[in-house]
Amino acid sequence: MAHHEHDHDFHIPGNSLWSPLSCIGVGLLAFGLIAYLHAASFGMPQLVGTVMMLNGAAITLFGAGKWMYDLVMESRERGFDKKVEVLDIANRYGMLFFIVSEIMFFAAFFAAYFFLRSHAFVWPPENIFTLDIALPTINTLLLLTSGATITIAHHALMDNDMLKAKNYTFLTFTIGFVFLGMQMLEYSHALFDMDSGVYGATFYMLTGFHGFHVLVGSLMLVAVWKRMNNGDFSPQQHFYFEATAWYWHFVDVVWLGLYLTVYLM
Amino acid sequence: MATAAAEKKGFMYYFTTVNHKDIGKMYLLSALTFFLLGGALAEAIRLELIQPGMQLFTSSWDIMGKEINVGLTADTFNKMTAMHATFMIFFAIIPAFVGLGNYIVPILIGSPDMAFPRLNNWTFWILPFSALLMVLSFFVPGGAPAAGWTLYPPLTNATYSPGAGVDMWILAVHLAGISSILGAINFIVTILNMRAPGMTLMKMPLFVWSWLVTAWLMLLGTPVLAGAITMLLTDRNFGTSFFNPAGGGDPVLYQHIFWFYSHPAVYIMILPGFGIISEVVSTFSRKKVFGYAPMVWATAAIAVLGLIVWAHHMYTVGMDMVAQTIFMTMTMLIAVPTGVKIFSWLATMWGGSIDFTVAMKFAVGFIALFTLGGLSGIFCAAVPVDYMIHDTYYVVAHIHYVFVAGSFMTIMSGVYYWFPKMTGKMMSEKLGNWHFWTTFVFLNLTFFPMHFMGLMGMPRRIADYNPIYTDLNVASTIGAIGFGVVQIILIYNVFYSLKKGKDAPANPWGGETLEWTVPSPPTEHNFEKIPVVK
Repeated sequence: MAHHEHDHDFHIPGNSLWSPLSCIGVGLLAFGLIAYLHAASFGMPQLVGTVMMLNGAAITLFGAGKWMYDLVMESRERGFDKKVEVLDIANRYGMLFFIVSEIMFFAAFFAAYFFLRSHAFVWPPENIFTLDIALPTINTLLLLTSGATITIAHHALMDNDMLKAKNYTFLTFTIGFVFLGMQMLEYSHALFDMDSGVYGATFYMLTGFHGFHVLVGSLMLVAVWKRMNNGDFSPQQHFYFEATAWYWHFVDVVWLGLYLTVYLM
Repeated sequence: MATAAAEKKGFMYYFTTVNHKDIGKMYLLSALTFFLLGGALAEAIRLELIQPGMQLFTSSWDIMGKEINVGLTADTFNKMTAMHATFMIFFAIIPAFVGLGNYIVPILIGSPDMAFPRLNNWTFWILPFSALLMVLSFFVPGGAPAAGWTLYPPLTNATYSPGAGVDMWILAVHLAGISSILGAINFIVTILNMRAPGMTLMKMPLFVWSWLVTAWLMLLGTPVLAGAITMLLTDRNFGTSFFNPAGGGDPVLYQHIFWFYSHPAVYIMILPGFGIISEVVSTFSRKKVFGYAPMVWATAAIAVLGLIVWAHHMYTVGMDMVAQTIFMTMTMLIAVPTGVKIFSWLATMWGGSIDFTVAMKFAVGFIALFTLGGLSGIFCAAVPVDYMIHDTYYVVAHIHYVFVAGSFMTIMSGVYYWFPKMTGKMMSEKLGNWHFWTTFVFLNLTFFPMHFMGLMGMPRRIADYNPIYTDLNVASTIGAIGFGVVQIILIYNVFYSLKKGKDAPANPWGGETLEWTVPSPPTEHNFEKIPVVK
């Protein structure tokens, strides 16, 4: 109803090209993966699949990026000096339930891990040379530290100390990227591979998916930092920061689970 | 804002629309499309089974003395059973309920739209790509999956299903799954956050409650399915051995993870239907729902129990006896909240002034036939009985009494009930009556004999059979052909009513829920003023 005022605070946007556009991207990504994996049976070079996947990823990121840009612009239009209660609740619920779905995804892989491990005669299986505990321990300390730094940033944000909030956010994603570097270092040392039986399969799928989530979380933190530099957020209104912090803590907790089960136990 | 765009509603309008009513209608239309496609595959299955031996799925057909080379095999039959279920589950039943929910739930709670309208657009528009992957899998070397919709390894590993079909199935279900998860988040947030002032949780119409609970099942189950098929994908393509005993893996692991989603999926496909029936029975009996609070709790109880009974699909894999007993007990417990529902519907009708419209006929037909489907479920749940009927036609009979007499009839009830609201046109009751009675008869003719086939030991998913099952199969096939043909009445009714139907008033049925307080069809944002519920 363009012609009269709303009697509600819900955000009802107009038509948007960006969400269906990112659907095209995701679709192309899926078709590209099929073309890549089965290039031989389709009688075409793998390059076709690769190009499709790259284009699909680019379109997805473009669509999603434009969509996120719209969201940022709309939140700037509303301003950060007061909180729109119903929108804030919707966003919080949305992020919370998204994390719930992520937990269930990891639960499937943890379930596979425990099932296979409890059905194995010996664990680790014979001929598996497990990794040294030093690197993952350092990684655990890194992630725990990053959990503290993001909290310090949050407190600084609530005290309206934007410089401190920015710096600690910067520190947090830096730790995230260092973690990823360490993880790559560890992968390069490992004497087993994804095809080394169930040990390799569970190890790489669990730590790999976790690593991917660290990457996503770090990129979200970079976006938080950029928005802080642009003067977004206020002590009352900083949902995007909080959502990212929640996500970061979730990634952190998954790692603790991994460290305890995959590395220590 | 959107009024200019609304004047000319071309493809780009529907491609970019974020309005829950447009998206709901698109879901329903695409569900109808896949209902026809999945139905066509079912007809092929039934035609093959009309006689023992091979009829349809042979290398050549003999048509009036002329030999026509078609190059079909029993393997093609296997593809039919796998893809019939796949299309019906992921692209017909679930989207049909999502469509009805998308259209009706926001109006029922007095909200202008869903919580995340652009996300709503995304969850619909990813589906065509998912469906395209699924459909195109028929045309790649090796063809579509032929290992049942459950895709159990080792039949689906790289050795026994080397073609692209299984991978396309996996990615298609991934896309549909992301759509489910994000859609579920949208439904939960909408229902929790956007209710009109005064509408407390325990004042919500039961259709809304059923969607709130269903969305939770989707949110908790679908990511686990994503995990299972991701493992299958990496086993097939990247050398992992989750399900490969040679590397220490176990095919049974796949079944556990798969059914953790796919058993709740059965409830995803029936709980919204329960909600529809409560609305319809209450409106056409001119009475409030009998035992509203127990109905809410029964819905939640079915969902909670539904999440912890998955292994009743796997009694024959050699599970621990104690585990089997526990899963059996939990499964049978589901009969209690389901019984609560059946008796609530009966008690709502009891002493009511019942108006047997087509929607109400489908509702009552559902209550009768679904009870049958529920009871056969109790037999399937019993471990010693299941040892005998596992993978026989008894299970096929059971699940079709749940999906066709259950999901399908509830969707029909919902469509006949809300069609006037969605389109502004009344549907023809005369055609509707023909549709209901023929559907009711042919449904039973198709699926009732399957109980006997199963008890006699006829295995499911096999193209050929022992001649002792012939008579029952002939009856079933005649029923299936009839069932397929009479759905033309539905399609004709929809398009006939859209063109020539009488204009629908705001409240054609005398309903008391919020959707009947707004015009048919509702304006762009449903309510001129957000209603206040007393």
